Amino acid sequence: MTKSVLVSVRRIAADLFDVPLEHVLPHSSPATIENWDSLRHLNLVLGLEGEFGVQFSPEEIAKMQTVENIAWLIQNRLARAE
Amino acid sequence: MQASSNKDPRELIDEVLRLRHWPQASAMLAELWRQQPVMGNAAYIISRYERMSSELSMTPYRLALLRSFTVEPLVLLLRAAALASGINLSVQVGDFNAYAQEILNPYSNLYKFEPDAVILAIQARDLLPDLWYRFADLSREEVEGAIERTRKYFSEWVETFRYHSKAHLIIHGLEMPLRASAGILDAHCDLSQTEAFRRVNEDVRALARKHQGVYILDYDALIALHGRLRWHDEAKWLTVRLPIAADCLIHLINEWLRFLHPVTGKVCKALVTDLDNTLWGGIVGEDGMSGIQIGPEHPGAAYQSLQRVMLDLYQRGIILAVCSKNNPSDAMEALENHPGMLLRPHHFAALRVNWNDKAQNLREIASELNIGIDALAFVDDSPVEREWVRSQLPVTVIDLPQDPMGYAEALRDSPFFERLTLSDEDRERGRYYAEDRQRAELRDGTASLEDFYRSLQMEIEIASVTPQTLTRVAQLTQKTNQFNLTTRRYTEQQIAEMTASTDWRIYSLRARDRFGDNGLVGVAIARFAGDFCEIDSFLMSCRVIGRTVETAFLSHVAAGALHRGARYLRGWYLPTKKNDLVKDFYESHGFKLIGEPEKGSLWELDLSNGWIGAPEWINCRIEEAITQ
Repeated sequence: MTKSVLVSVRRIAADLFDVPLEHVLPHSSPATIENWDSLRHLNLVLGLEGEFGVQFSPEEIAKMQTVENIAWLIQNRLARAE
Repeated sequence: MQASSNKDPRELIDEVLRLRHWPQASAMLAELWRQQPVMGNAAYIISRYERMSSELSMTPYRLALLRSFTVEPLVLLLRAAALASGINLSVQVGDFNAYAQEILNPYSNLYKFEPDAVILAIQARDLLPDLWYRFADLSREEVEGAIERTRKYFSEWVETFRYHSKAHLIIHGLEMPLRASAGILDAHCDLSQTEAFRRVNEDVRALARKHQGVYILDYDALIALHGRLRWHDEAKWLTVRLPIAADCLIHLINEWLRFLHPVTGKVCKALVTDLDNTLWGGIVGEDGMSGIQIGPEHPGAAYQSLQRVMLDLYQRGIILAVCSKNNPSDAMEALENHPGMLLRPHHFAALRVNWNDKAQNLREIASELNIGIDALAFVDDSPVEREWVRSQLPVTVIDLPQDPMGYAEALRDSPFFERLTLSDEDRERGRYYAEDRQRAELRDGTASLEDFYRSLQMEIEIASVTPQTLTRVAQLTQKTNQFNLTTRRYTEQQIAEMTASTDWRIYSLRARDRFGDNGLVGVAIARFAGDFCEIDSFLMSCRVIGRTVETAFLSHVAAGALHRGARYLRGWYLPTKKNDLVKDFYESHGFKLIGEPEKGSLWELDLSNGWIGAPEWINCRIEEAITQ
């Protein structure tokens, strides 16, 4: 995975969950970040869609369970778009 | 804000926050939003404003959203956008599809919240599911019945709402289906599906006209503007009840802001415009009235479209004014007599056509019009002038794209000229003036001119004439009128001959700054004779005037003369109708007047004890051959 995708995902997640960047780690999930509720998850999805210019399918959104997970997903989407 | 642009803007903002420079931090947050209005920045901007909201004099405003779809992500963007516009917005969101109960029940959360404004955002498919999803099954009577029922509902809601609340009510109009159920036949139906929704919209419009403070947001036009297919996100609609694609959310926010600006009084009363390359193409002082581009055909048409927008604003009660670096006689000739102009001198309430700093001119315009500086909007094609004004004054600066064809749309897009009614604006005026006094206090002590020059990151390059630059150098001597000390015209052939002679030296000047490359913009021609170096020509394009580039250029001409063994540097000022701008040029650089025959004035600088310092904020690159 390229570093920049993970970096962007972490930064946007930190912004939208209102936690310090260093608290958002690759394995962070709704279980480890208290503010990661369903409404903020939607904000995250929209924030990432805006940032990377992609639209996720409902199946993809359901799979977004950890930060690393999300970064992989975006990485794949970007690779497919090329 | 401008300095060290490589740094993450957030680090700079947090630094300013640590220093407790609240107004500066607020301006930087607004700028961040202007540049990147995205989800992540919205959360960041809100969190930073929350830290200092008690320190800033922001307009508090309470907005209730009644809705039939998911709006929570929109609320995040809306609050950030409002904060960036100086509005501290509290937002209450009603329950899904509970808008009717909220409005009809006097004890509902809606009324407990005591909103200043309410947005009623109902989708056509939620309000009229039968008409939306199964129109093909319905008889004409059933369609008529649905339209009539809807009219009664809206009427009851608006009347009840007005009874319980004085808040502004903004109602989303209904959008049309992506495709009608009858396909292309829809257009031929007796009462078509689109016709049915249009009739509901007409009814609601009529209702709004009957009541005070009830406005229609034309949601269908908004979607059409950005593209129906792009706007709609079926997957999000079916899963999380958000029908709008991620990249279109901001457009709905901006549309809501078009209403929030007038209801909170965040509007501009006057628009101040530049002339050259804004109101017309070209530079009237250089190109003459016959050379400027303004008219119904390309390339003048783009400028005429912009003038049409300004005329529309004028008809809406917006005051127009001019602020231009120009000779007054040239500018007035074009304004009065050019056949392509839509705007004439009588449309402008104030005119500042001179060579002064535009920030100063804007201050004078505000005081002449007797309105606050923050009630001014400013439009100019030059990003440098815009940045300067933005750094100096709480003026609303309207950015123009590079291509003049986009000028008209950029101006129409500004929310600062929106009006709901005229009396509304009058009501806000008193509060306005009080706030302006506070802003005036904040304004003092902002950036100096030198800081501004530094922020431009100017670079110049001085070189001798090459075969590639010969044409441009000759052309500049032929067409430069304003910043031109002697106005001597030379052909390419003459320039080539001078270049070949050891008695002459020709310098060309390129300039760039962080907004871009201005290209080859200056020429100096020096003639050497014994102890003397005479500046035969010294000229610069208007594009770079007023940024001390001229001083840097002259400094290098002087250094070159000294290097060649000259002791005295001399130069003529030969006045023409156009070059009043430079009559004090030599004097202001330490030259002494040694003669004033009829044709002009001759100035001299003793290089053995005089020196022209180059401004340290300009990075100079000198081609080596030229210092030999």
